[in-house]
Amino acid sequence: MNTAIAEIQPGKPILAMDHISLSFGGVKAIRDVSFDIRKGEIRAIIGPNGAGKTSLLNVINGFYHPQEGIINYKGAKRNDMKPYVAASQGIARTFQNVALFAGMSTLDNIMSGRMLKMKVALPWHIIRFGPAEREEIEHREFVEQIIDFLEIQAIRRTPVGRLPYGLQKRVELGRALAMEPELLLLDEPMAGMNLEEKEDMSRFVLDVNDQFGTTIALIEHDMGVVMDISDRVIVLDYGQKIADGTPDEVKNNQNVIDAYLGVAH
Amino acid sequence: MSDTTLKPSRASMSAGKRNWLVTAALFAAAVVGSLVVGEGSLVYEIFVSPFLFVVEAPDLFVQVIWEGLVAGTLYALLGLGFVLIFKASGVFNFAQGIMVVFGALSLVGFYAAGIPAILSLLLSIAMMYVLAWTVERVVLRPLVNQDPLILFMATIGLTYFLIGFGEFIFGGEPKTMITEEIGLPSGSYSFDFMGGFVSLQKLDIAAAVIAAILVGCLAVFFNKTKVGRALRAVADDHQAALSVGITLRQIWVIVWFAAGIVALTTGIMWGARSDVSFALQIVALKALPVIILGGLTSIPGAIIGGLIIGISEKLAEFYWGPLVGGSIESWVPYFIALGFLWFRPQGLFGEKIIDRI
Repeated sequence: MNTAIAEIQPGKPILAMDHISLSFGGVKAIRDVSFDIRKGEIRAIIGPNGAGKTSLLNVINGFYHPQEGIINYKGAKRNDMKPYVAASQGIARTFQNVALFAGMSTLDNIMSGRMLKMKVALPWHIIRFGPAEREEIEHREFVEQIIDFLEIQAIRRTPVGRLPYGLQKRVELGRALAMEPELLLLDEPMAGMNLEEKEDMSRFVLDVNDQFGTTIALIEHDMGVVMDISDRVIVLDYGQKIADGTPDEVKNNQNVIDAYLGVAH
Repeated sequence: MSDTTLKPSRASMSAGKRNWLVTAALFAAAVVGSLVVGEGSLVYEIFVSPFLFVVEAPDLFVQVIWEGLVAGTLYALLGLGFVLIFKASGVFNFAQGIMVVFGALSLVGFYAAGIPAILSLLLSIAMMYVLAWTVERVVLRPLVNQDPLILFMATIGLTYFLIGFGEFIFGGEPKTMITEEIGLPSGSYSFDFMGGFVSLQKLDIAAAVIAAILVGCLAVFFNKTKVGRALRAVADDHQAALSVGITLRQIWVIVWFAAGIVALTTGIMWGARSDVSFALQIVALKALPVIILGGLTSIPGAIIGGLIIGISEKLAEFYWGPLVGGSIESWVPYFIALGFLWFRPQGLFGEKIIDRI
């Protein structure tokens, strides 16, 4: 897989969020949050329920448009992203409540991640002839690699609505990987999984990061997993950033301990 | 979760079986009763004499079935238009009927303005694209993420706008379809059949062939191409579709255009059999029982549903209509649809809706 577009050097920020604020009516979901994600790292976003973690991902991939702040993605500064632009510039994501195309097979779901990579014009596709046919085959080969990578060969043709939850999460990861993303956003990839499934998923996340050099931002509640696999951690509480640093720094931060355990005011 | 196709529970299955059993028992009782009561009684006229007539004149029976198939093809195309749009955008498009009329009127209108027939046909196709684009821009885009009922109301509004707009441009009087000019055959084949003869209009044969080709192309398009995959993706989950870089707007234009092409084809075929007039719009409501029968989201369902409705309404009209003075084909389809709702509310091929709780 050729993911590398060597615009951003490893270690340099691929995404920088500068004083981002987002509110819905009077409810402030994100208040003045700034942070960056460096090329090639695994960045975890943690925090109690309702802290604004998912809202933050939605801002990054363009579902929400912040009222204030600047998003700097690969050197281009903007006030907000559009989902199409985010997708075409290499941001892929998964969802907290699995958002797959339930009626379609595993194969078709992952193929849909190749949408933007398929360049042959519409009229060819209507008759599925010549270039369109070749293109389908070429992308199908790529998708087969992902299927092998995620060890889901056996469920290739199964409509994903029928799969158990853990496998659905894996297919969803596969669809995001099919986009050959530079920045992969994972919203609670291990929620609702048992220990064995969590270990599998952690391994996939690390492998993706390692083998393809994909930058990963993930939201996760399992502290053990977060501390194990992430390079740096952001902690949100009530929409504000209360800590940012390596897992060890964050673990010992008094604000973080207060936020998680509660504190007498 | 619209599509967790689990097996139906044991309770619902036995209820379905019970329904069938009751129906079968009633039917058997009626047949036995009519044989006991004898010729001339109402029960006899309903349950025995039509079947005797079928045996006596098989040529007529074949003719009626053929007429039913032809009408069914048109209903299937109508239903297909509804299903396409419902699948991809979740909108029940009340305006499908007027799109049929509008397509046919544009074709006739362009030709009347002195444009060659084939060019008129191409222009009508372009017209359907313009319509699709406009609908997306003016109706769907401002109403995105609104309740389905609101979108449904919007398509009713669209219907009346198109009626007014169409009358303004083309005038309200019925027109004749330019059948021969665009290369559709006329005349008929007749052949002897078991002591009688059956006659097939060449136009009807052409209609069936064209419909079959159209449906085949759509099936390949939907199941085998990247655009079809995108269409199904949008139908399943808007957010996820956006996240892989599918643009909803483009998809909606494509799907309304596809429905427009289907509408134009329906309009030409229907117009060739009668006139092109705004009354066709009402006939288009026959698509309702078709999609109730076939399931709102199923393309094969629309086709089978159309054929079942077409054949059964013609059979009912021919064999049972005289009992009540005729003209029962206008309501029989709805009656059948009602019966179907009893046994299979999701339609023949529809997705059984089971929510995970």
